Amino acid sequence: MTGPVIKVRDLVVEYRSPTGPLRAVDGLDLTISAGEVYALLGENGAGKTSTVEVIEGHRPRHSGDVEVLGIDPAASGAVRRELRDQIGIVLQTSGVEPEITPREALNLFSSTYRAPRSVREVIELTDLRDFADQRIGTLSGGQRRRLDLAVAVIGRPKVLFLDEPTTGFDPSARRKAWDLISNLRVDGTTILLTTHYLDEAEYLADRVGVMSKGRMLVEGTPGDLQQAHGQSVMSVKISETGSMGQQEIEHGVALALHAIPHHVIWIGQRLEITTSDTTGVLERLASWAASAGLVLSDWSIERPSLEQVFLDLNTNDDRGDSGD
Amino acid sequence: MTESQAWPQAIRLLLLQTSHQLRLFLRVPVAVFFTVALPFVVLLIINATSSERVLSDTNGEWPIDAFVCVAISAFTAVSATFTNLANMVPIRREEGVLQRWRSTPLPVWVLVGGHVLSAVVIAVLSTVFMLGVGIALYGVRIALTAIPALVLTLLVATVSFAAMGMAVAAVVPTASAASGIANAIILPMALISNVFIPMEDPPSVIDAVANLLPLRPFVDALQAPLHPMNPAAAPLWGSLGVVALWGLVSFVIAVRQFRWNAAPGGSTRRRRSRPQ
Repeated sequence: MTGPVIKVRDLVVEYRSPTGPLRAVDGLDLTISAGEVYALLGENGAGKTSTVEVIEGHRPRHSGDVEVLGIDPAASGAVRRELRDQIGIVLQTSGVEPEITPREALNLFSSTYRAPRSVREVIELTDLRDFADQRIGTLSGGQRRRLDLAVAVIGRPKVLFLDEPTTGFDPSARRKAWDLISNLRVDGTTILLTTHYLDEAEYLADRVGVMSKGRMLVEGTPGDLQQAHGQSVMSVKISETGSMGQQEIEHGVALALHAIPHHVIWIGQRLEITTSDTTGVLERLASWAASAGLVLSDWSIERPSLEQVFLDLNTNDDRGDSGD
Repeated sequence: MTESQAWPQAIRLLLLQTSHQLRLFLRVPVAVFFTVALPFVVLLIINATSSERVLSDTNGEWPIDAFVCVAISAFTAVSATFTNLANMVPIRREEGVLQRWRSTPLPVWVLVGGHVLSAVVIAVLSTVFMLGVGIALYGVRIALTAIPALVLTLLVATVSFAAMGMAVAAVVPTASAASGIANAIILPMALISNVFIPMEDPPSVIDAVANLLPLRPFVDALQAPLHPMNPAAAPLWGSLGVVALWGLVSFVIAVRQFRWNAAPGGSTRRRRSRPQ
């Protein structure tokens, strides 16, 4: 299937509260194409979980249109069952009885789907071999989370929902989970994930949406967002100054870069320039140095992290709180 | 690709869910203890401490230990269905198990049916065990002609009490409240329903109330076909009707009030399995 797999138009989710209805999601639009990995980011209370729960069919919406694989997730009966057969969900809490083993759980869950993966395949895929026959109650948090993922993919889903899939993982467990998720995308699974971890979104997602106060603040590929909303830090050393003094050099740099928005810090002979126009800075600085007879060395350009972008965006947006 | 494939057979799914619930039951030692071992021990103690007496009712005389054995057998069936479901379903809700299943294509009726059917199986097995103890130790006799009435009574009552358990599970706010509420319902009811000690000449108000509640009619309906002097070949329709009516009302409540999620902020830690 090509084209959009998830379509959300003007979604509104409200909660009752003593002071009147509280808008957790406020006119959200979202389109996710087949095979895409989409990460929904936002601070606590931004409305990500509410949004995802509506798309999963676990929460009623106030208004708006939602379709997953052409089906309204609020449907019931046979239509709902049809949709459930084609999606997989990793919830924030595990939800498998602690008294059984992962293998028993997977056997049971696989029985409900029309074309499930084999239990053995899923145990391999999610790296459960070593504890497949241990009681779930004895597993560590990270091991249980892998089981959650296994349960979510046993039905061979076309769309996978991951709500904060690696919260509480240590760094190596997170890396493993990322590899698992990357493996799934090879099969063309469309994935919608929410996360607090910016590096997770950066590593996994084709596209990222940042939510704030129930609205979509900005959307794009991690690269787009970094370019459009973040500033790179360039660093260069002036290794041969010829006859020029420090003051003269600083003045020259300021003159060369005057048309470009930037910020400079001098650390001895080294300068650090924060800018969103790295190409412009590079060109002007290089031509100025050549004409002034200076030698520039040890160039480096550091792209902004998604985290920086995220922080910038959220600082620019007024702070407020609503239900998550 | 998947669209062309048939759904798994409903009966197979129901059997898998039922055996899953049975397996869980056997792996929760506390549940096994309260459902099977405790009524057995209570029966031994009551009959060891009661003086040798006979009870008279309209149908003739009962040895008291046989009378108590049948009454506690009925109570065992109620523990296995009502108490067990009222306790466990809210725990599973708080563990997120119900929500997890809701994310799958499993039809809701199969999920609930698996819970109910497994409880009925446990109830029937433990009642048969208790009656076996009665036959071995307390002179309980099962007349062949009474077996159809006995089976029908057990089935109607266990399904009805299972529905009552699901209704309590649906309306209680938290798992820890559930266990208290279930016991607060069942223990006082047992005391006025001839379960532990048969009441002789109870105040008429208590008698009337007990007859309107579901437990006493179930005890009566189970005792009738097992009466040592005049085993009834037909079920005690009136009493069974009261039980069934409670079951039906509970079924409606359970369906209307059923919740998949724990109330926000209302969860408690699960108690019935071992700590990690």
